[in-house]
Amino acid sequence: METLLAIVIGILYAAGVYLLLRRSIVKLILGILFFSHATNLLILVAGGLVKAQPQFAGDASLTINSTDPLPQALILTAIVIGFGITAFALALMYRFYKSTGTEDLDELKEGEHK
Amino acid sequence: MQGILSYLILLLITAFLAPVIINRAGKAASWLLGSVSVAGFFYLLRFAAATARGNTLSMTLEWLPQLHLNFTLYLDGLSLFFALLVTGMGAMVLVFAGKYMQPYPQKDRFFLLILLFEFAMLALVLSGNLFTLFIFWELTSVSSFLLVGFSHEKPEARNAALQALLITVAGGLAMMAGFIMLGQIAGTLEINELLKSGELVRSHPHYSPALILILAGAFTKSAQFPFHFWLPGAMQAPSPVSAYLHSATMVKAGIYLLMRLSPVMGGTPEWKYILTITGAITMILGGYFAYSQTDFKKVLAYTTISALGILVLMLGIDTNISIKAAVIFMLVHALYKGALFMIAGLIDKSAGTRDLRKLGGLFHVMPEASVAAVISLLSMAGLPPMIGFIGKELIYEAKIGLPEIGNWLMVAGVLTNVIMVAISFALIFHLFGGKLRYAGRVPTRPAFALWIGPAILAGTSLLIGLFPSRVANLLLRPAITFIRPSIDTLSLALWHGFNEVLLMSLATIGAGITLYLLYRKVNPVLTNFNNEVITFRFANAFNRTMDLFLKLTKKKTSLIQSGYQRYYLMAIFIMTSVLAWYQIFYTWQGNGINTGPVPAIFELLIAALIVSAAVVAVAVKSRVLAILSMGAAGYGIGMLFLIYGAIDVAITMLLAETLVLVLFMVVVFHLPKFTNFSGRGSRIRDAVIAIFTGSFMTGLVLKAGQMDPAGRVSAFYTENALPLAHGKNVVNVILVDFRALDTLGEITVLVIAAIGVAALLKLKSKKGSAA
Repeated sequence: METLLAIVIGILYAAGVYLLLRRSIVKLILGILFFSHATNLLILVAGGLVKAQPQFAGDASLTINSTDPLPQALILTAIVIGFGITAFALALMYRFYKSTGTEDLDELKEGEHK
Repeated sequence: MQGILSYLILLLITAFLAPVIINRAGKAASWLLGSVSVAGFFYLLRFAAATARGNTLSMTLEWLPQLHLNFTLYLDGLSLFFALLVTGMGAMVLVFAGKYMQPYPQKDRFFLLILLFEFAMLALVLSGNLFTLFIFWELTSVSSFLLVGFSHEKPEARNAALQALLITVAGGLAMMAGFIMLGQIAGTLEINELLKSGELVRSHPHYSPALILILAGAFTKSAQFPFHFWLPGAMQAPSPVSAYLHSATMVKAGIYLLMRLSPVMGGTPEWKYILTITGAITMILGGYFAYSQTDFKKVLAYTTISALGILVLMLGIDTNISIKAAVIFMLVHALYKGALFMIAGLIDKSAGTRDLRKLGGLFHVMPEASVAAVISLLSMAGLPPMIGFIGKELIYEAKIGLPEIGNWLMVAGVLTNVIMVAISFALIFHLFGGKLRYAGRVPTRPAFALWIGPAILAGTSLLIGLFPSRVANLLLRPAITFIRPSIDTLSLALWHGFNEVLLMSLATIGAGITLYLLYRKVNPVLTNFNNEVITFRFANAFNRTMDLFLKLTKKKTSLIQSGYQRYYLMAIFIMTSVLAWYQIFYTWQGNGINTGPVPAIFELLIAALIVSAAVVAVAVKSRVLAILSMGAAGYGIGMLFLIYGAIDVAITMLLAETLVLVLFMVVVFHLPKFTNFSGRGSRIRDAVIAIFTGSFMTGLVLKAGQMDPAGRVSAFYTENALPLAHGKNVVNVILVDFRALDTLGEITVLVIAAIGVAALLKLKSKKGSAA
């Protein structure tokens, strides 16, 4: 399963990179989202995969075969931050289109010379 | 020696007070400033008796002794000779400039700069440590830059200033490298210690590179071929600057350095050949161009180049007699050239032009200045009874004694002197003698302050020529002895007896007069020839090289800094992947990959869902489908979290994903449909980069699988969640208790993002934009 997930992560990153390299700002944001998906999964896998109950303290029967709480805490933070970034990027995209009339990122370069 | 340090500090303070003095003290100001230099001159003169006995003085202030960096002042016969030159000339020039600069705006700034130069130059010749010397060397370059570009509203002046700065500073940098090498070889940068380690330095394998680097500094500063061209350009500076920096002192800094290092590095075949050949070329080239100029100041500039060539040549010949000739010619040249440059400025001021073709008979308007000019020009021509005659005789004597290439040098030397005689006569008779001629306005009688300096210098030329022995013993011999300790006597006289040298002098004068008679005819021809045939200009070539350099860097910059975001991203992805792949391979442990259990069928299905979602998102043309498949991938990952015991994470993930989907959909409906911006080629290229980066991430995950996943930190949280934080859900406890501050930071980020979103959405588009 680890190998399989490693490949899935690789594909998600590849999709993210490909989308980030597009000129369309919509695709760029999609790329960012794929990046954050892949990263969340990466943290989970890197923390060790245990198919088990969630971690509850004080429950002696569960402590032996339970998941690592730390990566989960990290992913939670990452998801929330990622959501914030996405919301901001979407607003930026909207404003970009409203100001330039295009979704082509290359227009930004021309814009700076004007 | 403390006294000298105090004087240097006084000079520096005076420099910064100069603007105030100039603005407050009126006409007396320049006399006041000049008197500071005069005081310095006489104060330094008091040391002459001591240095004449062979004593040296030095004083060290430790700065960074671990790196041999000290601030050392060192005074011997040679430094004293130059120091007197700097202060003496300084006094004349300051008085001259007081009158000359009167109509200029910002003349207060001029005096600050020229005094700053005087300070730097004096400190340079008194430096006892090569790095102290280097610092002041560069300071003279900087003040020269500011003074050449003093009329900064003229583009030619700015260009000339920049050119002079670039050349001298480039040379200075090379010289610094040479100093470092020299310091490595000898183990010291202190001049008095270096003087003792000549043997060691000359036999060291790094001697030649060190020599070449140091010579680069000396040659650029002293305007030797092929770096000579900045000096005529520097004539854009006001006349006092030309008289002081670009003839009498700063351009002699290179010569000073050569003299200073001659006991350490001199005498080898490399030294002799490089110096002799460079000096000879510079000498003859300067002479030729001087003869074919029509601007008085340009004539003087090229004769200066020629004289600097003679000095380098003399040091290169490196015999007792040539060293003597070099030191004496130094003095000769400083005296006559300083005077002549001031007279050039004075004529410019009085007649409004310096064009030799338009002027004549100036004796009738400016008798005092003309007498001074004639004496100086006779000294330049090397005629008795001026000191120039003694200098020239010695130079001839030095060349006669040479084997091998001596004959060629002799020819070149005689030719140069013939030109000097011709130019001197041409200037004497055409400029000052004959009937008064002028262009435009009638020349006016120059003020006392303008002609007194040249007159004193000319008088000195004459007096030392008539009574050379006192100066020889007090100043010249000590200077020579420190260059070449084996010389302990120096007898100078106008009359050497009837010998080979005198014959050559007579021949030179004869030929010179002939050339002078031809001057009126030949000069226009040569001027045309220079303008029409010799189209190559060093200064222009230099400018073109600089332009080319700028173009190249611009191209390079636009190549690296494309301004397109995807190229920056591409560079980051490629570099990161390559380096990380290397690292993964390098640290790969042999014990294989933790493949984990065989995935169950529903796990396989989820994986397939995620992968196909990714592929669809990349390939599809519809925006809605792309966004939906992004969401599908997110939900798939959420399910994986669920399977692996991360319930909180799964819930958050599903919620966040849903929100993002809704937001994205709302926004994307305001946007146009996907357009295909990129071509097939760039898509394939991007795909390759993407697969390469993705595969590196796979490698990274597999690499992470080799590590021990059981973290010690997690154990701490699990054990202490209940007793310390009174919570059972360990993940929640970590977020809201153990790492509460981090969570606070996270919330802050969200708040900032929310403010940003609000600002972006409320922002009104500017008028005229496409909104």
